Amino acid sequence: MKQFLSGNEAVAWGAWQAGVRVAAAYPGTPSTEILETFAPMPNVYAEWSPNEKVALDVAIGAAYAGSRALAVMKHVGLNVAAESLFYSSMTGLEAGLVIVSADDPAMHSSQNEQDNRRYAKFARVPCLEPSDSHQACEMVGTALDLSEQFDTPVLLRLTTRISHCYGVVDLVGERPPERTDTPEFVVDTAKYVMVPGNARRRHPVIEERIRALGEFAETFPQNRMEIRDGALGIVSNGIAYQYVRETFPDASTLKLGMTYPVPAKMLRQFASQVGRLIVIEELDPFIEEEVRLLGIPVEGKSIFPVCGELSQHTVRECAIRAGLLPESERARPVESETADLPPRPPILCPGCPHRGVFYVTNKLGLVVNGDIGCYTLAFLPPLGAVHTCGCMGASIGVAHGVAKAGIAQHNVAAIGDSTFFHTGMPALLNVAYNQSNTIVLIVDNRTTAMTGHQSHPGTGRTLQGKETGQVEFEALVRAMGFRKIHTVDSYNLKEVQSALEDCVEAEGPAVVIARRECALLPEVRKHWLPLRVNAERCNGCGLCFRVGCPAIAKSDVMDAKTGKPKARIDPLLCTGCEICAQVCARRAILFREQLETA
Amino acid sequence: MVAINFLLAGVGGQGTILASDVLASVGLRAGYDVKKSEVHGMAQRGGSVTTSIRWGDKVYSPLIGPGEADFFVSFEKLEALRHIGKLRPGGVVLVNDYAIPPLSVSSGSDQYPDDERLVGVLQASTANHYLLPANSLAEDLGNPRVNNVVLLGALSHWLPDVELPTWLEAVRDRVPPRFADLNEQAFLVGREAMEKVHPCPLP
Repeated sequence: MKQFLSGNEAVAWGAWQAGVRVAAAYPGTPSTEILETFAPMPNVYAEWSPNEKVALDVAIGAAYAGSRALAVMKHVGLNVAAESLFYSSMTGLEAGLVIVSADDPAMHSSQNEQDNRRYAKFARVPCLEPSDSHQACEMVGTALDLSEQFDTPVLLRLTTRISHCYGVVDLVGERPPERTDTPEFVVDTAKYVMVPGNARRRHPVIEERIRALGEFAETFPQNRMEIRDGALGIVSNGIAYQYVRETFPDASTLKLGMTYPVPAKMLRQFASQVGRLIVIEELDPFIEEEVRLLGIPVEGKSIFPVCGELSQHTVRECAIRAGLLPESERARPVESETADLPPRPPILCPGCPHRGVFYVTNKLGLVVNGDIGCYTLAFLPPLGAVHTCGCMGASIGVAHGVAKAGIAQHNVAAIGDSTFFHTGMPALLNVAYNQSNTIVLIVDNRTTAMTGHQSHPGTGRTLQGKETGQVEFEALVRAMGFRKIHTVDSYNLKEVQSALEDCVEAEGPAVVIARRECALLPEVRKHWLPLRVNAERCNGCGLCFRVGCPAIAKSDVMDAKTGKPKARIDPLLCTGCEICAQVCARRAILFREQLETA
Repeated sequence: MVAINFLLAGVGGQGTILASDVLASVGLRAGYDVKKSEVHGMAQRGGSVTTSIRWGDKVYSPLIGPGEADFFVSFEKLEALRHIGKLRPGGVVLVNDYAIPPLSVSSGSDQYPDDERLVGVLQASTANHYLLPANSLAEDLGNPRVNNVVLLGALSHWLPDVELPTWLEAVRDRVPPRFADLNEQAFLVGREAMEKVHPCPLP
């Protein structure tokens, strides 16, 4: 059966066909769709875990218990899950375990562009890399087989252009019959209890394992040598292989489907058959370094960039500069001047509940240590209200540190609901325990919004659509030891302001829970009602433009007195959140109630 | 054969993803190998978005580089200026005659480029450039949101090798059944509008 699938969808299909029974993940671009595709499939268990470390532990547990398992995360998620990667490498497993890491070269939606192949080498586990959707599907099964054959977790590394590009997948193979027996937990403490005495005995085992995997790599069918013209030999992997085939159709290629460990003999043989040997890979010179360690002269990052993603264009331009291709190959694009065009970055959506909250923190002049989520975008003008953002859960610890450095004013840690569950909770506990003048602002929009509305422990619903318990933030925070706790409606500017002012005036830590559903949730969309500007009242003062809503723009009508353009509201964009109406000093923007009675 | 490259550009929420899905599906139905690339994540509503679709006997890269697009369809005028450099000299560019001012324009710190500049750039880039009122054509049908399918209809005029029913099936399969007729109409309206201004189907 042929299907047109994204790399992520293909991984989900591959996992299902290979008999994966348990999969766990925390959503993160570009990996999210893998579990969303897998979860509705029959006879599987899939969950959103609160973070990637928990997800990996869950998958490890399932694999210990004899079920094939999958843990899925974006590249930085593996930082969170790193400790579990390392111990699972030490213990091995009873059934196949695949860890999917979706890296994000060019940082389309990430804070860094780390190359997670490093983790494979670091933890002594094999790394597989598909070059298109079809291989992505196939490689999950291959990875699970390898995992069982060599008693090791396997890293399946995707990148954005694999995850989010679509190609034809031939869905061959069938899911093995479901097991009918009840699995029994196999007790093997020498293997699974990693106390120093046992761990010391396991370390040589995993060193021997990676040596054996290196031998296996020599015959691994996804490591493919294709000898064409002998003058130029290119070693490549993942999406870069496609750019190589496109740019150098006549060059000899060695495509590595397994990038760690590399096949030493095959590399030596390839090098001996070609004149000039180069490696074309995205991000780090990972393969290049491995080739160098074998004592083979090779070029790579001296020609192609370390930063950002590649494309056939980048590969071609770099190759021309290095004399690998003639000048005649250079692209002749239509000339255009783009530097002066107004940018169009991603922004807070119309009706976003975060907008008003950050309008207020800005108005109060508060320093905000931000976190990872849609609300990070409040750093942009005109709000300019977020002042640091590093990684998931960092806001609260950073804010506490800022306070402990002796900054006189209270500062704010702003964190979303899903991010709070991810890694915010231990940091919040720290603020309560060690006490600082930190205001923790939980911007609770009742969903994991930025990755596309995934459920979390606060939503009362699981990934597979089951109703479940719902965390009560107020009770949780109280139990941690906070005494000053406000809950406010994010859409009510006065409420938000008076709560924050109350916290600023008091000594000690405080929590403000600003709650309002994401405006794009299907239930909320039903209540959208575009507001209107009363043009007679509007004098073009421009105050409403300062809330930074894309639904408000300058109209062509000028105010006679001020000579400034009056505001207009785009009825296709406005949801009727009323933030602008509350900000307008002249009451020129009609509230919902006024619209209904008008 | 060398691949046929389509680049779609627009503003998040304008329906470029749906249009690119249809375009990919038409390519597959017409017997091509197809690759499609899009980037999601972040709050894409309101952000600049592009997707690329490539048809060919065997397609390697899913991306389209500068000067590589045979067909460039922009759902918004400013985005046409931003991405025109992807067009192959002599390629076909269709621009929706519709402006969505970005935040920096509505808040007054930037100017939206005027139509004169757009037309000048289009003229300099290719003889095959068309400004189409897709939004108002869609509004005439009672739903401005089908402007994406109007543009697809206009694009289809340039691909005479693919039969009309193939396009219509791909459109109908991709939209909710209750909107299938509306989208088919939108497609035909776009195709006719293109035929009127450019009767000969070959560039």
